[in-house]
Amino acid sequence: MNEKILIYGGLFVFCAVVTFPFWYNLGNASVAPEILLSAAAKEAQTCVADKSYMKNQHMQILNIWREDVVRQGTRSFQGMNGKMYTMSLSSGKDSCMGCHTNRSQFCDRCHTYASVNPYCWDCHITPKEIN
Amino acid sequence: MENTRRNFLKIAGISALGFGVGSLVSATTQVEHEVAPTQQPAEHNTEKLPEPKPVENVKSESSTQSAVKTAGRWGMAIYTSKLTEPIRKKIISACHVTHNVPHMENKRHEIKWIWEEPYTHAFPENEHEYIDEKTHTQPFLTLCNHCNNPPCVRACPTKATFQRADGIVLMDFHRCIGCRFCMAACPYGSRSFNFRDPRPFISQLNMDFPTRMKGVVEKCNFCAERLEMGKMPACVEVSEGTIVFGDLHDPNSEIRHILKESYTIQRKQNLGTMPSVYYIV
Amino acid sequence: MLETALKGTKKYWLWLMALSGVIGVAFACYIGQLYFGLGITGMSRDVSWGFYIAQFTFLVGVAAGGVMLVIPYYLHDYKKFGKITIIGEFVAVAALCMCLLFIVVDLGQPMRILNVWLHPTPGSVLFWDTLVLNGYLLLNIIVGWKVLEAERNSVAPPHWVKPLIYISIPFAFGIHTVTAYLYCGLPGRGFWLTAILAPRFLASAFAAGPAFVIMLCFLIRKVTRFDAGSEAIQTLSKIVTYALIANVFFFMCEVFVVFYSQIPEHMTHLKYLFAGHDGHGVLVPWMWVSILLMICGIILLVNPKTRRDERILPYTCGIIFVGTWIDKGLGMISGGFVPSPLHYYNEYVPTLQEIMISLGVWAIGFFVLTILLKIAVTVKEEVMVH
Repeated sequence: MNEKILIYGGLFVFCAVVTFPFWYNLGNASVAPEILLSAAAKEAQTCVADKSYMKNQHMQILNIWREDVVRQGTRSFQGMNGKMYTMSLSSGKDSCMGCHTNRSQFCDRCHTYASVNPYCWDCHITPKEIN
Repeated sequence: MENTRRNFLKIAGISALGFGVGSLVSATTQVEHEVAPTQQPAEHNTEKLPEPKPVENVKSESSTQSAVKTAGRWGMAIYTSKLTEPIRKKIISACHVTHNVPHMENKRHEIKWIWEEPYTHAFPENEHEYIDEKTHTQPFLTLCNHCNNPPCVRACPTKATFQRADGIVLMDFHRCIGCRFCMAACPYGSRSFNFRDPRPFISQLNMDFPTRMKGVVEKCNFCAERLEMGKMPACVEVSEGTIVFGDLHDPNSEIRHILKESYTIQRKQNLGTMPSVYYIV
Repeated sequence: MLETALKGTKKYWLWLMALSGVIGVAFACYIGQLYFGLGITGMSRDVSWGFYIAQFTFLVGVAAGGVMLVIPYYLHDYKKFGKITIIGEFVAVAALCMCLLFIVVDLGQPMRILNVWLHPTPGSVLFWDTLVLNGYLLLNIIVGWKVLEAERNSVAPPHWVKPLIYISIPFAFGIHTVTAYLYCGLPGRGFWLTAILAPRFLASAFAAGPAFVIMLCFLIRKVTRFDAGSEAIQTLSKIVTYALIANVFFFMCEVFVVFYSQIPEHMTHLKYLFAGHDGHGVLVPWMWVSILLMICGIILLVNPKTRRDERILPYTCGIIFVGTWIDKGLGMISGGFVPSPLHYYNEYVPTLQEIMISLGVWAIGFFVLTILLKIAVTVKEEVMVH
């Protein structure tokens, strides 16, 4: 009998702990953030690929880019729109950050919402930081 | 380029089917084989890129203006006796500012890409009792030798440090796990480890080159990023002709003429690492 | 069988709690290291490997030492070892857990550790080291567990275990050989650049590992009803004797080659370790103590009177363990880095935080070992009763 209490009690505590994130955040769903485009990005109109693709897969593109730039010394990339881009996160005007100059309104908003913490900026310098 | 595009389309295709993870795997496996920049089709729009600031205002010597992009094997010859103190300081600072090399107060955590070393320490096994005073007192510039047979590349367990077809031994800071096997393997002490976050110790940030993060190894990269833009390495550009840089495989290159004419020495030649840096004493 | 680890005396639980306490404090220190970087250690640009890698090297030896029980029992059918091979195997498991943890705490970017297998590099010795270490760990867990389980059920172990046991023998030699290759294949590091490094590592391993098992046997005899048997302990101590003599002999070979050839690159390191250089000599007393302990160990073991005296033998094994630990866990790594390839004498002294983290890893190892031995000994006691 005593063991029954222990088993069910233990099971209950286990389930409670495992599901903690769910019931802790219950009813606290935050609204999806508004992403602000910089003036440069608005002007360019298109990115290296279409919007929905970039939304979902930009990390994969960055991953390929860094392999190409660092390991193969390739720096140019033809976008979906046929335009040539420099494969770079942060150096030069046609790099990612060259166009998306507003990291906090563009990158960080969504990353914070999705609770991801990429370490890109541990090394790559965003334009704002220099001041 | 071709490879990139293929990859990109492949990823786009696969992910359209909803295999996000699969595409990541194919991406990492596809780009694995190293391709030399020599084999890349020449790109046109590189001229548009802005100049890195730190060495922008420096007047360069005629030798440094001949912009070469690719080589069979990059090499460097240093006229040690012509290196005056101001030139040496200028070279070191140009390199370190260009590459965001931090200045660590704690000597244990020191990070350096190119630095001064007396003969005794640069060439410890060549030292003898009655060595001439000039050689003995003349500081040498030491840096990564970009060995043709690099022990660091052999040691690295992740290919984070690798040798390109043009001879440059590079670091992939994204991949380095910080095991420091390469530091043990390097017989020249050319590698530094980021014992802590280097950012706060960089006085002047160069926007166009990333800094490093804690826990990775770094070293001289023969300015691979500048060579790709058709520029000479930062040290060569400010060296006032005391450093010659060029293709060792090209018998007509300036560096080959110099090596033909003058007596040069190399660091720890007996180890069979085949350094690409030559010293004219 | 795991449930046997859940029932124990008060002392057993107190011991586990004490270990947990050490692990907890060490974990806090490690979080500090993770946050700040390896700058919290005493390592430097010149001495880029320190206490962690040294402990790793020593413990690989302890793990490999288990094979000195496996070979006589399984290859030579030496029955007396039947009772205690499991101790050797479980010591290997605990030691390997520590080895792997020491590698992890030594990494600058531990989150990227899987890059070693994501980008396999057959040219790198470290890649092979991860393979043999994990392989040997797995083999010992499977073999030890299966054989013990069979013993508990009074049946013969499944026949597929036999080939695994045979495979584990070359693996034991492999782990320490590959670990030695990490060091001895590097150009410009005169101290390690010697073909005798792998044999020397193996010799000191076959002394330290079995010496540790002997100490454990005495401890287990004292706190439980399980007795390894004096004959098994005596045979084991003879193995320690030979291995220790071989270790000292190999070291003397090294000393002869280095000092007779008078090649500075090789001499400077030994000179630094045993005599110091220009005021740099933190390790000098340690190194001499190590030599002294090993020589004392040899005298006490070679002499049959002192070897057979079971009041002295555990202490003899203790000093051998400490002697070989200083040799490998302190001198071997620092000695290779000082002087640096550019002939600078930048010494290395571990920091308190670094030692604390190392202690934590040792505590985890002892925690694992305690649990495993508790299971093994309980099973042995059960079998004895029936």
